[in-house]
Amino acid sequence: MINPEKMKLTGYRRPDGRFGIRNHVIILPVDDISNAAANGVAALIKGTMSLPHAYGRLQFGEDLELTFRTLAGTGRNPNVAACVVIGIEPKWTERIVKEIAKTGKPVAGFSIERFGDLRTVEMASRKALEFVQYATELQREPFSVKQLVMSAKCGESDTTTGLASCPTVGRVFERLSKAGATLIFGETTELTGGEDIVQSRCVNAKVLADFNHMFEDYANLVKSQGVDLLGSQPTEGNIRGGLTTIEEKAMGNIQKIGRCKVQSALKPAEEPSGPGLHFMDSSSAAAEMITLAGAAGSVVHYFPTGQGNVIGNPIVPVMKITGNPITVATMSEHIDIDVTGVLRLEMTLDQAADQAMRVLESTINGRFTGAEGLRHDEYVMTKLYRSA
Amino acid sequence: MKHGILLHEMEDDVGVAVEDLKKGSKIGAVTLEGKSAGSVTLVSNVPLGHKVAMRDMAKDKSVIKYGRPIGKATAAIAKGAHVHVHNVKTLRWSI
Repeated sequence: MINPEKMKLTGYRRPDGRFGIRNHVIILPVDDISNAAANGVAALIKGTMSLPHAYGRLQFGEDLELTFRTLAGTGRNPNVAACVVIGIEPKWTERIVKEIAKTGKPVAGFSIERFGDLRTVEMASRKALEFVQYATELQREPFSVKQLVMSAKCGESDTTTGLASCPTVGRVFERLSKAGATLIFGETTELTGGEDIVQSRCVNAKVLADFNHMFEDYANLVKSQGVDLLGSQPTEGNIRGGLTTIEEKAMGNIQKIGRCKVQSALKPAEEPSGPGLHFMDSSSAAAEMITLAGAAGSVVHYFPTGQGNVIGNPIVPVMKITGNPITVATMSEHIDIDVTGVLRLEMTLDQAADQAMRVLESTINGRFTGAEGLRHDEYVMTKLYRSA
Repeated sequence: MKHGILLHEMEDDVGVAVEDLKKGSKIGAVTLEGKSAGSVTLVSNVPLGHKVAMRDMAKDKSVIKYGRPIGKATAAIAKGAHVHVHNVKTLRWSI
């Protein structure tokens, strides 16, 4: 059994002391109408990446707060070396810049009004070039598993995820949590039918109350639309893979947390404040959940899949793990960790966990995951309700 | 691979086909720890990843997997039958 404290991990130490495993310079639009300028900068300056998205205008209340938290959290993520922020006007732009600046990393904001796209692109590109030169001078250095922040969420689940890929991640999470790493899971509605297991793991009454509030809030949102989630949960992909009910799907999903205790119930995109496993209130849609986990500081992600979800994220490397032999045979370019041996009883869950940890170690040290190589850069905001 | 069906818990009502299973064939079932849970003769084809009934179940019975209810039978289910959305539904949501 691999001891997580023996893993040789290297990464980029950021000014706030956190470690990143990638070294991105990102061009972050505050709003949908600034995507064009952000894309313009990324096209001009080698080594930068823009993160276009669909929102950021006329939002209000908790929905607006979440967009701010997601954008700022993305810039704050330790996989980001430096960040250029572009918005239509200066006020909201500066709000994002200020939050990112608290990490001590280089960040600069530009706004388009009174300059136009072209002059904004020129000014932002000059700054982006400086940031790339800064980032390319940084060197990897060793870091401890105690400084690792990572997440897990499954997708296109089937019965093999509950038998092999999710319990494999559960074994790894037990080891990592014991070694002092920080771990995030979520998918609020997908716990339906197994929520009692999460409840029983909450470390104290406050965490339990927070979790229950988030779980019931989501259930009430669904009810308020006069519907239930039959038809959405399980998904058509889940049903094709043999999953019949939400309870069955939830039980597979929950295998990912092993026997870990739940240290806190986080708001979407909220950074965890200490080691161990944390629940984060989130959608079960893969791109939304991983975007939120990245905004909360996750630097790498385990993604168990059955039928073959192809999700990735621009700043968080996503490792796919499957126990489904059809998926391995037909979609091999997406699969980083093959645990089909568990189904054939040729591999124990502890051996599968060793395999998953070897891939975790090499991914942390710089090896691309399939999703990274395939340019799966899904960056998707969670929208809580419609804009004003 | 000598087994064709995997069970989470020895007492589960349903097991998962780990390969495409043909109607009429007699298939061995084991738990994840490799303990034998006997065998069943398939009364329908069951594709890889889908569930097989390990025993006869009456209509409205809770269906046990992972050692706990994952839904209820909407029709009588025979041992060896394919168990899925056509004969099991959730206990949780209903309009």
